[in-house]
Amino acid sequence: MGASVLELARFQFAMTTVFHFFFVPFSIGMALVTAIMETMFVRTKKPLYKQMTLFWGKIFLLSFAVGVVTGIIQEFQFGMNWSNYSRFMGDIFGAPLAIEALLAFFMESTFIGLWMFTWDRFKPALHAAMIWLVWLGTTLSAIWILSANAFMQHPTGFAINQATGRVKLVDFGAVITNPQLWVEFPHVIFGAFTTAGFAVAGMAAWRLLKHDHEEFYLRSLRVGLIVGLVAVVGAIGVGDLQTQFIIKDQPMKFAATEGIYKNTKDPAAWTVVELIDSKNHTVSNQLDVPVLLSLLAYHKTSGAVKGMDQANAELQAKYGKDKDYYVPAKTLFWSFRVMSGGGVVLAIVAILGLWFSRAKKNTLSSKRWLLWLLGIALWVPFLINTCGWLITELGRYPWTVYGLYTIEDAISATTTAGQLWFSNIAYLLIFSLLGGVMVYFSHRNLVLGPDAPSTLNYGIDEITPLEGQPS
Amino acid sequence: MSPLQLLWFLLLAVLFIGFFVLEGFDFGVGMATRLLAKNEGERKQLVATIGPHWDGNEVWLITAGGAMFASYPLWYASLFSGFYILFFLVLVGLILRGVSFEFAAHAQSRSGRDIWRWALFVGSVIPPFLLGMIFTAIIQPLTIDGKMDIYASFGEQVNLLTIVGGVAVTLMCFMHGLNFIRLKTTGALRTRALAYNRVLIWVLYAGAVVFAILVYLSTDFFVKRPVSSAIIVGLIVLAIVCEHIAIVKNREGLSLIASGSALALVVVLIFNGLFPRVLIAKDAANSLLITQASASNLTLTIMTGVTVVLLPIALAYFIWAYVVFHKRVPELS
Ligand code: HDD
Ligand code: HEM
Ligand code: HEM
Repeated sequence: MGASVLELARFQFAMTTVFHFFFVPFSIGMALVTAIMETMFVRTKKPLYKQMTLFWGKIFLLSFAVGVVTGIIQEFQFGMNWSNYSRFMGDIFGAPLAIEALLAFFMESTFIGLWMFTWDRFKPALHAAMIWLVWLGTTLSAIWILSANAFMQHPTGFAINQATGRVKLVDFGAVITNPQLWVEFPHVIFGAFTTAGFAVAGMAAWRLLKHDHEEFYLRSLRVGLIVGLVAVVGAIGVGDLQTQFIIKDQPMKFAATEGIYKNTKDPAAWTVVELIDSKNHTVSNQLDVPVLLSLLAYHKTSGAVKGMDQANAELQAKYGKDKDYYVPAKTLFWSFRVMSGGGVVLAIVAILGLWFSRAKKNTLSSKRWLLWLLGIALWVPFLINTCGWLITELGRYPWTVYGLYTIEDAISATTTAGQLWFSNIAYLLIFSLLGGVMVYFSHRNLVLGPDAPSTLNYGIDEITPLEGQPS
Repeated sequence: MSPLQLLWFLLLAVLFIGFFVLEGFDFGVGMATRLLAKNEGERKQLVATIGPHWDGNEVWLITAGGAMFASYPLWYASLFSGFYILFFLVLVGLILRGVSFEFAAHAQSRSGRDIWRWALFVGSVIPPFLLGMIFTAIIQPLTIDGKMDIYASFGEQVNLLTIVGGVAVTLMCFMHGLNFIRLKTTGALRTRALAYNRVLIWVLYAGAVVFAILVYLSTDFFVKRPVSSAIIVGLIVLAIVCEHIAIVKNREGLSLIASGSALALVVVLIFNGLFPRVLIAKDAANSLLITQASASNLTLTIMTGVTVVLLPIALAYFIWAYVVFHKRVPELS
């Protein structure tokens, strides 16, 4: 049991945020997909769309419930494990969190209650407005929490209080117009829509393999894929903007995602795969594509890229030679390949799925390989999102707040290894339980199918059919 | 002390009051699913009374936590790290409770559903009990070092006052929940809740007396602020008396207001006694004061502006939701 308090607390942060972030993008995206389906019902009055809303809404609510309970851990955790960080950052960090609660969490929670329990009370259009407001709440919540995260990546609008050594807010406008935020937020939100789009499409594909409720699942699949395709293209586009940003802002992170120790030649070649020896700072067995890295990094056919060795020398010159500033290069390199490669694969799968299910000539049901592919693609966005966060968060090592405050300084003085072992093990058990139950219930909903009675209001009443639906 | 610091100290009290008054009854309803309800139909009826509201009620706690982080970061940091295990267990309770509604609805078998109904019960008892403990622990002198870190021993976290505090808050939430149930249901539950109320009110009187004596003995409230503390204790007793009268006359709305006021006044007693400190150290020099613990003036100004604009809007739709669901929930099968 040699792990230090710091390592245990970092493990806890990683475990709890990664788990929270399985459900966050799923909820944000499912709120959108459900809202789109309900709006289609309101406009066309077709019962099929009502059925789709009721069915996918159940899965949305499951995800939302787990998202909520894991979120509370996040909020408390800053005080519990990272109290020195909270003291240091309090002047900046607390405000977005409080605004998130006042602006977004009240909205999500109130309107989700209204949405669940007013099926037979509100007119269809008003009822659909409730789910749109829930979606708006989830999206606003992302902006505010990410503004806190963006500050940690790229601090703006602050000064250091000389007396206390802590951060002091000087310009709130600069905090919320942080350029890091305005590449990070769209990327995350497109990632969220991608997640739900492919999740719906993938679940539908599994049922289509069984020839179950073909019209229902085919429609659902197409809605999912359209959302997913638009979103994944958006995420890739914004990802490019992020690349442009971090190349200048955090060259160490960028060099690590590309696995470059020595500065590259001009023009720079892009490495598809390689073996990294992060102890000796060397790489081997590279598979290179000439000029591509210059194209990706600068959008032109020339330009060298800075390697980690030089980035480290520059950081040492700036922040002191007492430590190294290398980040976990292997993790970043492979995470980046999974994320960007995965994004491109998803886009192709979506295009294939939409093409073969087009109204004029729908041959999807007979293309079992494609249905399998879609079914597997369901899990890919979850993996991609996690990889993305690993890049962002591990890539700012050793800083908690870039250039200002290290991870070592951030930890609570009073927290003990015993407390952390206890809570880590307990969280692990709880998360396994919640994740398992969530997957089990989602799966069972699929098996029971769209005709099963709806549990959309905690199963309290049967939801009576609205106009347009035969009863 | 600047006016903004004072304002935010008061606003935090308001947010915690909002939490205890609102989530208080829904903790109470959760407790009633085992203590009052006799079958699944009744449990469902109970869940229906808080179904649309419980998450919104819980957001008051999230807001209070976030607002504490924003306005008094040093208080937030010391408090949450100092009571690590207690807060961790509160989280476990809130997690069980938070997923129980949805999971119970999805469970198909009886035993599956029962597991999540039990989770609701356990998750409704633990948080009020432990939050009651935490709030009564911080009104007693704590071991705090020169770096504002709390090294609270076991005895500082678990002692007579904190246990009585925990029990008292739990009991008050249960009473509050019963009052809510009488207001929001029809049929057998409503009648049974009244019978429970009539008995438990006597326990509440006894609890209030013990609590007041222990606060007198274990805290400096009656030394530092004798008059106001005495008045607030008097008001708590008055609220309980009103609750008693309302119960006897079976005035349901009034009972709920009275039990809510009692909970609110406990929070007022605590904040009043703490003032102008936020944490009380054994070594008085290490006590954390409002003047030291707050965020900068600029942050407080921005937070004030934001709250003035957003809180009324949030309150408007929050209350609207209660109006939409004002009807009583009938007996369900
Ligand atoms: C990009 C979006 C995003 C990110 C990075 C985070 N969250 Fe989150 N959070 C949400 C997006 C979200 C959400 C979409 O609003 C959730 C998830 C599912 C849900 O039900 O609401 C939510 C729920 C949620 C809740 C419960 C809200 C309620 O009861 O309605 C809290 C207290 C937090 N989160 C706090 C945090 C903290 C302190 C984070 C920092 C590590 C964090 N979240 C990361
Ligand atoms: C929800 C998506 C997120 C994921 C998956 C995530 C992931 C991670 C991971 C893996 C670590 C551990 C890094 C390490 O061990 O060094 C970490 C650390 C941390 N992250 Fe994030 N993060 C997320 C969002 C956020 C946000 C929104 C904030 C702040 C607003 C934040 C603040 C922190 C802090 C304070 C630490 C601990 C100190 C540190 O290790 O740097 N994270 N995160
Ligand atoms: C070719 C496509 C992509 C590129 C070039 C790209 C680029 C990036 C970069 C550079 C970062 C790190 C940003 C930072 O550290 O500040 C990042 C993070 C991230 N990526 Fe991607 N990305 C791509 C595709 C995707 C896709 C398809 C998804 C989701 C389905 C995704 C989800 C994320 C997430 C959740 C993060 C962490 C949060 C953030 O910093 O934005 N990415 N991405």
